[in-house]
Amino acid sequence: MTAWIAFSVNGRPVDVEVDPMRRLADVLRDDLGLTGTKIGCDAGDCGACTVRLDGRQVAACLVPVAQAAGTEVRTVEGLADDGSGSGGGHERGGGAGLKPHEFADLAALQRAFLEAGAAQCGICTPGMLMAADDLLERTHQPTEAQVRDALGGVLCRCTGYRKILEAVAVVAAAPDAAAAEVASAGPSLPASGGAVGARLVKVDGIGRVDGTAAFGADERPEGCLGVRAVRSPHARARFTIGDLEALHARHPGLVKVLTAADVPGQNRYGIYPTGKDQPVLAEGEVRHRGEAVCALVAEEAVLDAIDDAEIPIAWQPLDPIADIDAATAPGAPLLHAHAPGNVLVRGRLARGDVDRGFAATGARAAVEVETTFVEHAYIEPEAGWARRVGDRIEVTVSTQAPYMDRDEVALILGIGPGQVRIVPTACGGGFGGKLDLGVHGLVAVAAWLLDRPARAVWTRPESMAASPKRHPARIRASAAADSDGRLTAFRFHGDFDTGAYASWGPTVANRVPVHAMGPYAVPAVLATSRAIHTNNPPAGAFRGFGVPQAAIAHEALMDDLAAQLGIDGLEIRLRNALRAGSMTATGQVLRASAGLAACLEALRPAWARLRAEVEAWNVAAAGRRDPARRGVGIGAMWYGIGNTSIANPSTIEIGLDRAAVVTLYSGAVDIGQGASTILVQIAADALGVPAGTVRLVSGDTDRTKDAGKSSASRQTFVSGNAARLAGEALRRDLLRLAEVGQDASIELADGRATFREPGRSAVTIDLAELPEIGVGSAGDRAVLAATGTFDPATTPLDTDGQGVPYETYAFGAQLAVVEVDVELGTTRVLRIVAAHDVGRAINPTQVEGQIHGGIAQGLGLALMEAYVPGRTENLHDYLIPTVGDVPEIEIILVEDPQPSGPYGAKGVGEPALVPTAPAILGAIHAATGARITTLPATPDRVLAAIRASAS
Amino acid sequence: MASYLRPAELPAALEALAQGVAEGRPRVVVAGATDHYPARVGRVTDEDVLDVSALAAFRGIREVEGGWWIAAGATWTQLAEQPLPACFDGLQRAAVAIGGLQIQNRATIAGNVCNASPAADGVPNLLVLDAVVELASVRGARRVPVGEFVVGNRATVRAPDELVTGLFVPDPAAAIGAAAGAPGRKDEFVASSTFLKLGARAYLVISIAMVAAVVVRDAGRRIASARLAVGACSPVARRLPTLEAELAGRTLEPGIGDLVRADHLTALSPIDDVRGTAGYRRASALVLVRRALEELAS
Repeated sequence: MTAWIAFSVNGRPVDVEVDPMRRLADVLRDDLGLTGTKIGCDAGDCGACTVRLDGRQVAACLVPVAQAAGTEVRTVEGLADDGSGSGGGHERGGGAGLKPHEFADLAALQRAFLEAGAAQCGICTPGMLMAADDLLERTHQPTEAQVRDALGGVLCRCTGYRKILEAVAVVAAAPDAAAAEVASAGPSLPASGGAVGARLVKVDGIGRVDGTAAFGADERPEGCLGVRAVRSPHARARFTIGDLEALHARHPGLVKVLTAADVPGQNRYGIYPTGKDQPVLAEGEVRHRGEAVCALVAEEAVLDAIDDAEIPIAWQPLDPIADIDAATAPGAPLLHAHAPGNVLVRGRLARGDVDRGFAATGARAAVEVETTFVEHAYIEPEAGWARRVGDRIEVTVSTQAPYMDRDEVALILGIGPGQVRIVPTACGGGFGGKLDLGVHGLVAVAAWLLDRPARAVWTRPESMAASPKRHPARIRASAAADSDGRLTAFRFHGDFDTGAYASWGPTVANRVPVHAMGPYAVPAVLATSRAIHTNNPPAGAFRGFGVPQAAIAHEALMDDLAAQLGIDGLEIRLRNALRAGSMTATGQVLRASAGLAACLEALRPAWARLRAEVEAWNVAAAGRRDPARRGVGIGAMWYGIGNTSIANPSTIEIGLDRAAVVTLYSGAVDIGQGASTILVQIAADALGVPAGTVRLVSGDTDRTKDAGKSSASRQTFVSGNAARLAGEALRRDLLRLAEVGQDASIELADGRATFREPGRSAVTIDLAELPEIGVGSAGDRAVLAATGTFDPATTPLDTDGQGVPYETYAFGAQLAVVEVDVELGTTRVLRIVAAHDVGRAINPTQVEGQIHGGIAQGLGLALMEAYVPGRTENLHDYLIPTVGDVPEIEIILVEDPQPSGPYGAKGVGEPALVPTAPAILGAIHAATGARITTLPATPDRVLAAIRASAS
Repeated sequence: MASYLRPAELPAALEALAQGVAEGRPRVVVAGATDHYPARVGRVTDEDVLDVSALAAFRGIREVEGGWWIAAGATWTQLAEQPLPACFDGLQRAAVAIGGLQIQNRATIAGNVCNASPAADGVPNLLVLDAVVELASVRGARRVPVGEFVVGNRATVRAPDELVTGLFVPDPAAAIGAAAGAPGRKDEFVASSTFLKLGARAYLVISIAMVAAVVVRDAGRRIASARLAVGACSPVARRLPTLEAELAGRTLEPGIGDLVRADHLTALSPIDDVRGTAGYRRASALVLVRRALEELAS
């Protein structure tokens, strides 16, 4: 049934005829076009859909629209009108193509979010803003605890919440003053040549705070069909799909049921050319729970009425291979013929005489570590749509890797890559999870076959069941050091559960041995790894590619060696730190930008102070029978930037048009990490124009060149170099055209380029008179265009893992202070101090944001995150840190420039996550004497370990 | 085709429930809907709904003869924001620990009881408050103590044609006075309460274990009545009668937690799940019970 429901949205009356039980979030988005309200879970777990209902924050996904009758609803689209009084209400808000506000028209809170860098991917931002708006209207000058309570219902996976708290605090402290100040000053816009190093506000930020940025689920083209996969409830089973006639008869609107036979090209995809093992739709057998076996295509209202149970699928469940042990047991069934023993791939690094290193030593330590599946839990589930345009397909989708997607879709449809256009939407978080195909295959097949636009939006449980995960690791490692604490040998073996399909398993298996011994100079190393297939979800890329798991082992060993030798934990790391001139275990000599020692030195004062404070605190706690104990831990890391030993190029194009507008055509997708802003800053300085004048076209494969994927912390270093080279090339071309010297300044305005040099009169070129050239294949025009290409200098690794796997490495170290309740086993992280060598911080706000976010994910990995297929497929059973879990974070940026980096920069996306869990686990050990090696360190495990260590 | 009703008056609501039962399509009752939708993510539904959110009789929390009345439509936020005596401290603490503010602003206390999750934060508190559930139907009204109302994991004694209209919370001090044969002596007794929730993160967390306590003492800190309940450690939250009996007559002073022994918790039947092992739940419940008493004694 439907009913007319009348209420008010952002001050304007609306009246909609809908199912009264339709969720308010759906009505806002689908019926009213207010797509600024985001949906992350439909279960009230994430708060992305937070709106204000009669002033109070509510989860719009949990409100029957009928209960909104007669109420006043405020959404993110209505926020800005407060400040500007410009009216507008909902006709401005929502989805693609609508014009974002001007900065000065934004509400104070929105401006504060932008200035603080409180919005990264932006998917949680509308919810955060509305929750904060509720608080600020209700509470005068709230305390930080009150702010946390108000925001406690909104999850953010990018920012680590610190900059959100900062932004709210700015407005809370002095709402009117802050508003006035920010409005008058505008966003900080550095002058020509001053972009690198400036805290430039995100170039794509306004759409993220005013709700206009279109994410994967925000567009629904006219006549669009919905596509819904039907997924296996079994981890391993054979199946047959029966006669569909009855289903079609019952649901006349059902356009098609796609099965494997409908895939026009190759029903196999996967990251590596040799690893295309994953079907778009399973062929008679499923290998993991959540695998798609068929897909329904129909108008979305028709889809909503079809129960999966109506589909005639005959299942024959088989005993699943549940874990590494089962997979490697003699006689275990094989998941794939090409993976004998279910071993997908092995990694190996061998250098020096390990046995001798272990024989003659001062101390030896050994550890076994076990980690579990970790879910990316980006707040935006996979979503997108496709349409066929003649003999081409266009896929508009939330992704980290448009060019890889293009090639995969081409194979699936059996067409050439040039016939595929990938248009990335705003990406509501990736962290590696959107490097694999999500909705792409199914919407592309549906649109291609039916010649109608087709759209899919995964539910949260579907996203969690079907998307790849962080590899569970089972690691055995040992290390030896001489009596001075200098490492003499290191041995490591890691088995990684790569799940049912290859995905990025080979990357993990190859990257881990290189990083296994940590950021230390070790003369003798034997590190091996295996990626092993099981009937678990595919494990793929997740921020760090196995290195975070390995770091838990090597840092536990360092703590143990230090304790045995009576050497301070920071000191032993310093003695072994890789430095400029050191040789790594792959035989690579680091020439420069190896700033671990500087990071450790920078932490030394805090290390001493915090440990003294904690010691005194513990004495006092014991005295008052307080069951809490505090401890300080330390973790160090290194991380090779970009692909391991394989080609990894980025090409960036930059154009100057007749209107004298510079456009950066960047195929590097900004997934919230800030690539777009960084690349604009770099290109602007390379060209010599103010960053605020550079327009950006991002991601679209018809309009940009291949800048690789947003992964492996590579966009600043690799694409940044490409942007620099493009900017420099365009500058050279311009200066040559104007016949001026290389130090001339460039001013671009009103269709003219003006060049000035000391002692010479200005030269002006009328750009409108120059002939136009095309940029890309989608009609972009320029009068001058230049490209830059950069590919890091690496060499293949030999069978002993020797070679140059990466051109440059990030280094870092963190301290964690924790408080453990020794009677309950609960752990609270009180403080993190993080020192990271980023080469050069192109944008310190964004670098800090990456570090905050990495730490939050490292904290989750350490303490709470465990994905169990079929059990934790939602965001209330699968826990990620909330605003109350991420402590105060002090950041020390070490800038040891990488000579080949753009302005010295390296990368920071993944590095920040790596040392956090080791530091937290070390701190728990310091506090309690218990060493947790099975993650996550949930209260039950911590309590058991405390009791075991006490007895 | 599913039907939806949102009456303003109770008789219409009861009539609709009765009719649904008669037609073989019992209506699903929805108030704040915060448990309704999460159970239906990605599922096709064909349900007749009775939305009770517009019922005038369902609003408010107020003092009544002998105690307080929490109407079925009262939300956790209303409970948290309303000034209430100390016997409600525990329930008010639960009120700000259930989901985020988005949930607290919509979810009802009565709905928490009707949803009957083993981890319902409201239930142990209502158990120790000796709260009584009031039900109405076209057949008449009845009152059932919370401890008898919730009978299992997601199971209550509510008949499909019945509606919970609210919860009556007797004044614990008055109850003691009455039991002592002197209702007028109510003022000699002080009731205090607390609630301790154990979870693996700061907000939006489902309890691993939780403890609610109400203690009524006289001016000399002698315990007239102690009631404790543990949640998330059995299909239904459990009171601890042996411990309660041992506490009666003792002085409420620091160190009282030491009285609590593991065998006081034998009624619990915790399970292993993703949030914790059964053994851990048992151990932590013991710690929480001790701490709850110590907190009330401090």
